[in-house]
Amino acid sequence: MHPEPRLESSAALPGCSLQPGTVSSRPLSILGNRVLRKEDPRFLRGEGRYVENLPLEGALTVTFVRSLLAHARIGGVDTAAAEALPNVQVITGADVDAGPFGPPPFPGLNPAMGRPLVATDVVRFVGDIVAIVLSEGRATGVDAAELVAVDYDPLPPVVSPQDAAKDEVLLYPEAGTNLACRSGSPEHDEKLFDGCDVVVSGTLVSQRMAPCPLEPRSAAAEVGADGRITAWLSTQTPHQDRMVLAGTLGLDPAQIRVVAPDVGGGFGAKMLNAEEVLIVWLARRLGRPMRWTETRSESMVALPHGRAQHVDYTIGGTRDGKVLAYRLDVLQDSGAYPVLGAFLPNLTALMASGVYAIPRIEFEGRSVVTNTTPISAFRGAGRPEASQAIERALDAFAAELGMDPAEVRRRNFIPADAFPHATVTHAAYDSGDYEGALELVLRSVGYDDLRAEQRQRRQEGGSKQLGIGISSYVEITNGIDETEFGEVEIMADGSAVVRTGSFSHGQGHETTFAMIAAEQLGLPVEKVTVHKGDTDEVARGTGTYGSKSTQIGGTAARLAADEVVERAKQLVADYFEASPADIALDRAVGRFRVVDAPEPALSWPELAARAAADERLGELKATQDFKSAPTFPFGAHVAVVEVDVETGQVELLRLAAVDDAGTLINPLIAEGQVHGGIATGVAQALYEQVVYDEDGTPLTSTFVGYAFPSAADLPSWEAVEMETPTPTNALGAKGIGESGTIGATPAVHNAVMDALAPYGVRHVDMPANGENVWRAIQEAKK
Amino acid sequence: MTRIALTVNGSRREADVEPRQLLVYFLREQLGLKGTNVGCDTTSCGACTVLLDGESVKSCTVFAVQADGCEVTTVEGIADDSELHTVQQAFHEQHALQCGYCTPGFVMATISLLKEHPNPSEEEIRQGLEGNLCRCTGYHNIVRAVQAAARAGA
Repeated sequence: MHPEPRLESSAALPGCSLQPGTVSSRPLSILGNRVLRKEDPRFLRGEGRYVENLPLEGALTVTFVRSLLAHARIGGVDTAAAEALPNVQVITGADVDAGPFGPPPFPGLNPAMGRPLVATDVVRFVGDIVAIVLSEGRATGVDAAELVAVDYDPLPPVVSPQDAAKDEVLLYPEAGTNLACRSGSPEHDEKLFDGCDVVVSGTLVSQRMAPCPLEPRSAAAEVGADGRITAWLSTQTPHQDRMVLAGTLGLDPAQIRVVAPDVGGGFGAKMLNAEEVLIVWLARRLGRPMRWTETRSESMVALPHGRAQHVDYTIGGTRDGKVLAYRLDVLQDSGAYPVLGAFLPNLTALMASGVYAIPRIEFEGRSVVTNTTPISAFRGAGRPEASQAIERALDAFAAELGMDPAEVRRRNFIPADAFPHATVTHAAYDSGDYEGALELVLRSVGYDDLRAEQRQRRQEGGSKQLGIGISSYVEITNGIDETEFGEVEIMADGSAVVRTGSFSHGQGHETTFAMIAAEQLGLPVEKVTVHKGDTDEVARGTGTYGSKSTQIGGTAARLAADEVVERAKQLVADYFEASPADIALDRAVGRFRVVDAPEPALSWPELAARAAADERLGELKATQDFKSAPTFPFGAHVAVVEVDVETGQVELLRLAAVDDAGTLINPLIAEGQVHGGIATGVAQALYEQVVYDEDGTPLTSTFVGYAFPSAADLPSWEAVEMETPTPTNALGAKGIGESGTIGATPAVHNAVMDALAPYGVRHVDMPANGENVWRAIQEAKK
Repeated sequence: MTRIALTVNGSRREADVEPRQLLVYFLREQLGLKGTNVGCDTTSCGACTVLLDGESVKSCTVFAVQADGCEVTTVEGIADDSELHTVQQAFHEQHALQCGYCTPGFVMATISLLKEHPNPSEEEIRQGLEGNLCRCTGYHNIVRAVQAAARAGA
């Protein structure tokens, strides 16, 4: 497929390690090549620097005592038996003079719904913190925590958002309502569906999911001799965490250093929470280092969940398949304490139109508090819900018309020549080719042949029926026009250090960002080292979420590298007694020389050595803050499922995906992001759901009860290349971390519905597991 | 406290352990071998997989006292200083790791799998690694890595 020579032989950038058996498609640039990850060896050797692995002399072990009831008044907390154990101390809410935690300053969040760091009067979910055990070692801490006796006076639990919306039992009586946030508009246009030949309504529940990073959270804190605090956190957002710690504890941010070393996955959930604030508070209060690592069963109730959005949709259009109007009524479960999740319907509203030119859209969203684990970001965060709703609605519309789902999409796509494009929900799409993506994936998967096989199986009438599901999607990355920090510095040996305010908890920035800087500097990738996650070393930053790192953090690194090159030219010009305008960098070999003359020349090591000797090395350093509008990655997925219509069992046979994230810096890493994203999307469609009983007790609080899929539950993925650059940044890059998730869920959900169409099934809740599918089939038979 | 004697990564070790001490915490906290991670408390995720007398076990489900007299191999014990083990190299080359937390467990489980099935089919790989969970990779490249390691004769 790629006739060009290998990058290695072009000698453009010697020494980089490409994936074996692959061929460079861009022989004169490191960008776009399948460079193996620089960070891999330490993880492969078991040398990952996770917080739990850090030595911390004399640290006490923190164990949280958590509520076993969803909603109750606290009568008292008896710590005597626990404190009778050797070297055990128990802290209760009455001792804690900091907080509340949140709600965060998102527009519209009800400010009356803050979270006491340790509950004093009322517990609001199973997992709420009621006391803190300090011990020498983990086992003693667990023993002691079981001896803390809490006197609970049960209150009626509010488990479903529908019940919460009735405002009969209030979680915060002083607030007078369970409503935590509104989104969209409560106004109804009576004429919204005027002119529609066909109007279809339905419900889409984007069920509650547990993010499940494999590394549970871990935090440690220590107060130094100078009074400064160092907090080691398993987080995606070290710089923001520092600011929130300072705000919550009433400290000057300069007094706090946050270090995020290696972090074992985050998926949106690992941002500062009550636990991390308490670890820092305890270290200050007791003057001892503190450390805490949560257990999985603790993580399943205490780490925020995601999704939990109930959507009622109505879609209308003409008989020839043109959608004219679309309305969404969203009820968002915020959990007990509103954080980011309560705000996310705003993103759902923004992305409601999907890849389609829909002239009229209404959106009304209400976010309510319930006696459940708080809802925050989880891979996609507000955008999967939009995609799941419009893709299900469009298929329902197509089914009503008797039209092929691919054809109804073609009739409604925003055309490729219409960019930039503003939707009626005020999203400003930057670039795209939605029909191109769909046609590409349909060809790749052999859509017509699949339909033929489906017809044949239907005629034969066996129990195993084929379902083919399509989703076309667009999503938004860097959704709130954020700014990211990048710094590039040449070291005395001529190597380079990149400092970035982005963070990496699996995304491979140590490689991707090194490639970006190496390309501009003309250095081998192994001569560029990426530093991140330490607020003392990196001046500022936002961290990593919402798939924004490469487009803003990567661009900042690139611009800083460009500035370093310009500064280097000035230095070389001084040495050569020439004008900087006459100095050129030969990026293939990393040497500066006067234009049109092979000599004299200075390599980076020669220049750095000379500058160091002259005390001018500091000039070879530059910082950039890059602010950008959002980008809108897009794509199309096709899922093929086999449904046993007698048992309800669903098997995913194939999933082919076009995920266009603009220009790819490292396709190897980008594909990895897509693969993982697809798996999460499929997990929502077929397997996972956090379940509470009617008392608000979680029934899925371990990996035994929660249906996290293994390799045996999933097929290999068929990723199809497509690159449509964005004009919003110099790299042409969009986000890639969440696309796979956003595209996959509706494709698989639609595939299950497609298989069941001849059986009169019009609705199956996710996860479309054997039970839900079997029930839907039985329901349709009635 | 109970006295145990075992071989860990080729070195003879003796220690006093609480009878309830799990092997994984013995390795991590008493021997300082932090490469073996803990990802759950229900023997579900396999992040803590090590070899016990050559067979993969989840070290969160083995008491340290049960390893008395046994030979334990952890992720720290399979490579030499300069070169990665064939399975580690295959995971590197196939981009079969992202956050890295499940990786030591997958590498150890793969070594055990390939010992039993030197040329596994994709189905055998997926079934054979069913006891290990990964949230980042979607398993696609892990399967490719196991296939590559098999070809390389791991």
